[in-house]
Amino acid sequence: MAKKIAVETTLNGEETIFLCEPRQTLLEALRDNLGLIGSKEGCGNGNCGACNVILDGVLVNSCLVLAPEVEGRSVVTIEGIAEDGQLHPLQQKFLEHASLQCGICTPGFIVSAKALLDDNADPSEHDVRLWLAGNLCRCTGYDKIVRAVLDVAENDA
Amino acid sequence: MQAFDFVAPTSVDEAISALAAGGGRARPLSGGTDLIAQLQEGRLALDTVVDLKRIPELMAISISGDGLTLGASVACHSINANQAIRDAYPALIDSTHLIGGTQIQGRASIGGNLCNSSPAADSIPNLIAHSVTCHIAGPNGRRSVAAEDFCTGPGRNVLGTGEFLVALEFPTPPANFGAAYLRFIPRNEMDIAVVGAGSSVVLSDDKSTIQSARVSLGAVAPTPLFVEEAGDALAGQPVSEESLAKAADLAKAAARPISDMRGTIPQRKHLSAVLTQRTLRIAIDRARGTNTVDELGRLNGHG
Repeated sequence: MAKKIAVETTLNGEETIFLCEPRQTLLEALRDNLGLIGSKEGCGNGNCGACNVILDGVLVNSCLVLAPEVEGRSVVTIEGIAEDGQLHPLQQKFLEHASLQCGICTPGFIVSAKALLDDNADPSEHDVRLWLAGNLCRCTGYDKIVRAVLDVAENDA
Repeated sequence: MQAFDFVAPTSVDEAISALAAGGGRARPLSGGTDLIAQLQEGRLALDTVVDLKRIPELMAISISGDGLTLGASVACHSINANQAIRDAYPALIDSTHLIGGTQIQGRASIGGNLCNSSPAADSIPNLIAHSVTCHIAGPNGRRSVAAEDFCTGPGRNVLGTGEFLVALEFPTPPANFGAAYLRFIPRNEMDIAVVGAGSSVVLSDDKSTIQSARVSLGAVAPTPLFVEEAGDALAGQPVSEESLAKAADLAKAAARPISDMRGTIPQRKHLSAVLTQRTLRIAIDRARGTNTVDELGRLNGHG
């Protein structure tokens, strides 16, 4: 077996060093090595978005990133979205709009929506739906998710 | 995933050494949206993964008098965010906006799309329409091939053992140049092309005559197809629906698709003509710099 590698990264704003096997995905390293189990494995091949994280400011599927790739990079996971013990407005609005049922897809949607609002503070409904096209939800029918994101955008604008 | 070693060289020469050391069981990694998925599924067994994204040349976007040089590992996201590319090569954005969803575009590269060599790849007809040159490095030095000569079969290409794509070179668009890429899928987003078409034109100074054109199709042959005869038939022709229809017929004749879960042979033949005509209209529209295509995609005032 290949030797374990020590990877230094900025994880949710904190300098972090973790050990991983080269074959581990970032998602596996987050969940299994670092105990950050907010990011979910849905499909494991980039189709569902449940594992989405923000890597150097860019939205990516953590199941399609090898853990050693994040050496020297900055990673934001769902655990880094709330600030100072306060829910992020997206988290608050997901609750208010009942934008989740089983909840497996929710971390990925919130991370994706955060990346959207960082990129475009005033998205149209079309912008939201297109941006979130790579996140799958089998419960809600998407409408409540889209409304929650638009609500946050309108209240922040 | 099975175990492998991971290396992240910082120069082309180091990457050549790393790939040479691994022989046929080392593969380069760019965005990983194909490679890591293949490793996950056990379709690929490797001893070494060589991450190319720490090599400045592979990550560079440079626009000069000679055109656009796009590092092979540049992600679609970076292309979409680059205003100079959006202005000078709008057709490239047609492809980079279509490849996967937002998070795939955050990683997937045009170079990787080419090297994965899917017959249905959304960037390759566009590269052919733009007369792109592919710059390759390997143990025997550097070489270049035209985009239309890169793929040799489904998932197969001209890269030999230890070779990798360094950059894609788009020539400076000549005056009155326009290009476009469209694909047909049975839904709005997030699917693999049933047929794709990439076209480009160069118009005369008064923009009434087509001086030259290039047409390429995806998902209708074992490789993306350069339909040279369709472009040649347009050279010297007036900008008219009749001219475009002739080119579309030639594209349809050149298509040699299979029937599979995504589409049948007759449907793909039909789509080859329709998409060729539509991409030519948009290419002409862009070459003119005016909005002369109506909402049904018809050229206004030209037949």
